[in-house]
Amino acid sequence: MSKKMPSTPMLDELESGPWPSFVSGLKRLAEVDAKPHGAIMKSLLGQLEHSYQTRKGYWKGGTVGVFGYGAGVIPRFSEVAGQFPESSEFHTIRIMPAPGFFYDTKSLREMCDIWEEHGSGLIALHGQSGDIMFQGCRTDQVQPAWDKLNEMGFDMGGAGAGVRTAASCIGPARCEQACFDTLAAHRTVINDFTDDIHRPSLPYKMKFKFSGCANDCANATQRADVAILGTWKDDMQVNQTEVQAKVKQLGRKEFINQVIRMCPTQALGLNDDDTLDVDNKSCVRCMHCINVCTKALKPGKERGICILVGGKRTLKIGDLLGTVVVPFMKLESEDDFAALTDLCHRMLDFFADNALEHERTGEMIERIGLTNYLEGLELPLDVNMISQPRTNSYVRTDGWAEEVRKWNETKSGAAE
Amino acid sequence: MSELRRPIESGVPDSKQFMHPALVRNYGKWAWHDRPQPGVLRHVSESGEAVFTVKAGTQRQMDIFTVRRLCDIADAFCDGHIRFTIRSSVEFMTTDESKIKPLIERLEKEGFPVGGTGNSVGFISHTQGWLHCDIPGTDASGVVKAMMDELYSEFKNEEMPNRVKITTSCCQINCGGQGDIAINVQHTKPPVINHALVSGVCERPTVIARCPVAAIRPALVDGKPSLEVDEKKCVCCGACFPPCPPMQINDPIHSKIAIWVGGKHSSTRSKPMFHKLVAAGLPNNAPRWPEVAEVVKKILSTYKADARPWERMGEWIERIGWPRFFEMTELPFTKYHVDTWRGGRANLNASSHLHF
Repeated sequence: MSKKMPSTPMLDELESGPWPSFVSGLKRLAEVDAKPHGAIMKSLLGQLEHSYQTRKGYWKGGTVGVFGYGAGVIPRFSEVAGQFPESSEFHTIRIMPAPGFFYDTKSLREMCDIWEEHGSGLIALHGQSGDIMFQGCRTDQVQPAWDKLNEMGFDMGGAGAGVRTAASCIGPARCEQACFDTLAAHRTVINDFTDDIHRPSLPYKMKFKFSGCANDCANATQRADVAILGTWKDDMQVNQTEVQAKVKQLGRKEFINQVIRMCPTQALGLNDDDTLDVDNKSCVRCMHCINVCTKALKPGKERGICILVGGKRTLKIGDLLGTVVVPFMKLESEDDFAALTDLCHRMLDFFADNALEHERTGEMIERIGLTNYLEGLELPLDVNMISQPRTNSYVRTDGWAEEVRKWNETKSGAAE
Repeated sequence: MSELRRPIESGVPDSKQFMHPALVRNYGKWAWHDRPQPGVLRHVSESGEAVFTVKAGTQRQMDIFTVRRLCDIADAFCDGHIRFTIRSSVEFMTTDESKIKPLIERLEKEGFPVGGTGNSVGFISHTQGWLHCDIPGTDASGVVKAMMDELYSEFKNEEMPNRVKITTSCCQINCGGQGDIAINVQHTKPPVINHALVSGVCERPTVIARCPVAAIRPALVDGKPSLEVDEKKCVCCGACFPPCPPMQINDPIHSKIAIWVGGKHSSTRSKPMFHKLVAAGLPNNAPRWPEVAEVVKKILSTYKADARPWERMGEWIERIGWPRFFEMTELPFTKYHVDTWRGGRANLNASSHLHF
């Protein structure tokens, strides 16, 4: 006999209003008695309503996995299984989507069919790290569901103290502002770390994210231990005829307000003929004017990446933003990609060797100092790594002459 | 027992196999883009070919029937190609301009609001909450649904000074990340410890090491090894709860909601910024969190009315100054707004720059 729908007066209130309702979705799944998800979701709705009524969560972790991997399944066992037995095991399987979250409907439908048979029928697109989250699976169904998803050509995402699933902006697939191939970089780097994703053994998590320009659509700067952002070295590309058209469209005053005055380094001026005057030496490649004048302005042609390291959120020492450790490198040839992958490996190895347990890269750098990190990775020092030089004298400088010699050597090397 | 299957360690699949062919054709050859109307993007390639994208909101936690409906729409209008954004919106792409109108009508008819482009309020990025997390102070999907119902027209139109990114997080770890507005749980009481369970469940040195203010120490309670919290030192962050579930931090009354503003990841114009605390002590009032919605809407309407074009929330406040922000939003300013954490002195006003 099929179970009755639970009474959910509080959740029912989330079915009204114009935004799509996840509660209505849960109910659609609960109403199908012919599939396992019918009973699972009736029970789940009951537990969720119980959470709403009591303002408490009732899931605990545990150990659930698939054969051959040490991570990627998020175990969830109910603490109120007696009341809600059919959803007592409600694990998540994390699956890595293609970079940029592209799908064809054939694959998505196939995923739905698998999850209809083996899971709760609930899929989050996507989790905060960038995984497809197949939410709600009984322990005995995890392996068969995974086998089918894996056979489709998809692999498991990261969890725990390992390399995590990455995220990237849409990049050159549909954006003229992308300064490197975010999707290719994402795939190249991450697929070189599958062992560290699937068998986590680091001090703590490590995240990579890829954004094609300073707009950082992948939210890399604060959310990734290693943020790879696009930028360019030469002059911004300007189509002066389109600039004049934009001035005409906005009006001169608004063009000055919205473009010229908003430049953070005052690198822009409006010429008497309504063309743009660009001081490229002062430009910091922030993208603002390019965002406003999408037809008239574009990044330069000598494009590449900068790398910011150490972003993370609150635990344990407080929020940290990533800071520059590589101001510019090309990312075009196979050799360039190999150099990036090699650098990422050195970052991971240094982190594995030097971080304390449960310490993120940013916290480790905070503890040991950026210069030690740079030395450990053999990365050359660059003035772009600081916002200003030190403001206190508590530093031992008896190696000054040697450091000056290194600086002059680097400078003359660059000049050659 | 049958032999277990070894995983195929294939990693991340290639995106191009799933992409609309027009994107593959013009990969890396885009010339410019614009937005013909809210919810629609036009990208034009160097070859002159244009791709139109229609963007719509979803509930993120989707049942398979919803995913299949999205697939039906993609089959009908986009040759079976579909894409999601970082913030769980869905994008439909086509080279056929005549399909845009019927596509929008179909999406709206099926309940997917078209919008989220340009200077709109995008979909709220959210975490798991009561639905699936093991340590949540509140729900995420419910908060997001309740807020998006209120901000529906701001999603569908591009009337904000710049894009607005809102995030939610169900604990102080803040999986939701930085936001122009962040709606986050803020606990106000130390953990309640079930001493009978600690020694059996928790690795005590790990838990002690996890505390940011060194407030946890080993203790013998009723003859059993346990942990105790120096409640004068405790900042009620909940960091001990994940490694030690018997240290319950969540409380139906004392786990409150705080609002933070002015966070930003991008380096566009200003450097990236953290969001800053502006309101706390709001009740965790499921299922619709009306007190939270009221504060969020007040901040948004003030920003909308006062910020200059292209100023993000944090940039606007930097220009007008915090005294003006608190005055205009009518939010109370308390001692809890003053940063007392390490490095917090950098957040004090070391100047005679004053707003009157």
